[in-house]
Amino acid sequence: MGEQLIAVDAVHKRFGRKRVLSGVQLTVEQGQVVALLGANGAGKSTLMRIISGLAKPDRGDVVLGGVSLRQAGHELRRYIGLVTHAPLLYDNLNALDNLHFFARLYDMQEPAARIEAVLQAVDLWPRRRDPVRTFSRGMIQRLAIARSILHDPPVLLLDEPDTGLDPASAEKLAALIRTFGAANRAILLTTHNLERARTWADSVAFLEDGKIVFNKPSAGLREADLRRLVLEPSLPA
Amino acid sequence: MNPVASQAANQAAVQTAIQEPDRKAEHLPPAPMPAVQMRTGGGFAAYMRKVWAVAAKDLRAELRGREVFSTMTVFSGLAVLIFGMAFDLRVPQAEMVVPGVLWVIILFAGVLGLNRSFGAEMDRATLPALLLAPVDRSAIYFGKVIANLLFTLGAAAVILVVMFFIFDTPLLQGWILLSTALGIVGFVAVGTIFAALTASVRARESLLPVLLLPVMVPVFMAGVACTAGILDGGGLEKIVTWLWVLVSFDVLFLLVAYLLFDLILEEV
Repeated sequence: MGEQLIAVDAVHKRFGRKRVLSGVQLTVEQGQVVALLGANGAGKSTLMRIISGLAKPDRGDVVLGGVSLRQAGHELRRYIGLVTHAPLLYDNLNALDNLHFFARLYDMQEPAARIEAVLQAVDLWPRRRDPVRTFSRGMIQRLAIARSILHDPPVLLLDEPDTGLDPASAEKLAALIRTFGAANRAILLTTHNLERARTWADSVAFLEDGKIVFNKPSAGLREADLRRLVLEPSLPA
Repeated sequence: MNPVASQAANQAAVQTAIQEPDRKAEHLPPAPMPAVQMRTGGGFAAYMRKVWAVAAKDLRAELRGREVFSTMTVFSGLAVLIFGMAFDLRVPQAEMVVPGVLWVIILFAGVLGLNRSFGAEMDRATLPALLLAPVDRSAIYFGKVIANLLFTLGAAAVILVVMFFIFDTPLLQGWILLSTALGIVGFVAVGTIFAALTASVRARESLLPVLLLPVMVPVFMAGVACTAGILDGGGLEKIVTWLWVLVSFDVLFLLVAYLLFDLILEEV
């Protein structure tokens, strides 16, 4: 483990009268994969959006690689890759067009080889010229992952990346996450699959009532422990 | 380790892990993933590359999907025909109504296109992808403006040609074309701001014209005055004031958008 690449410091967020996050503290170190669990509406996606810079916290700060999001310019976004429920892809363009467009936005030099490599990595190279609207859910999710790693970000945020994936695709994703974690990056992922949270991540955190109420290494955790935590969060794990 | 340094160091490992099962089966060595080289900074040239990337993406998406331009042109052609039939019965001279008809159709057809500009990004949930990119958000605005401008100018060309034949009026004159182009620049500059503002609103299709058309009054008046002035036989001296109104409007709103667009797209 190395330095903290993601540091969430006392982040608060409200939507109108509804308090979504109240003082969230969370860190993810280099080479670490952290799984964030929580019920629907617990604020996981809001936290992901805040860390990625898509939303601003009412109070508190997010520091990525030692740089505060509040003070950083748009260049800091180079270091973030994000996969969300929505694939963030243009369905009337093909896979190549999509990745070339994002490569241009990131000002990547000679991106063709990198695009081929990431499409090969997610097994979509043979379908590179097909419009994204013709892809299955699993293929779209794999292309979304290819998009998120295209610019090789040190910080990878995966908001329920396993949703809609068949077992083979989920296994491929697991391989990617394991390697990305081992490769000195920081990965924060949310999932409702407790077994995947336990086996994919080095550490499991639980978000409830806008706070992190549980944060322990996944080694030694059993799925039953996590299930008890999800079903009865008030009980000590 | 600095995040940037770790970026280059770890790529081969990612590719290896993903491809390892297949490659083991094929007894092939894992292929290294090419290093990512990104230009940082880059000033105006880098900014313009990103502007053009957004514009080119919208144009390519339109070529593949044909959602915007075809709707605008079909609407424009039909509107000219309907106005032509309506006024053919009662108006003694077409020149009396042509300037107003021209600008009404341009504004309404333009709204159709503007609605899709950010609306399509919202419907496909792709706007966050644009906002995640290391791009000054005004570059997204100017990219959208270029694409909207090309769609609206294309629709205006169709309108002018169809009106030329339906109303038998000499619309294809240099000063009319110039004033039309200047008016469309102002319309698109403001319209793209409002399209972004209303993109996340459920009733954006109806809200956009309600917000936009009142602000368009100076463009509408100046556009109609320029077209009428030329059709009435006047020259540049008769429309020069209105041309300056259009130029000032264009510059003002493009500048305002450049300064404020970051705030408009702060949270989506």
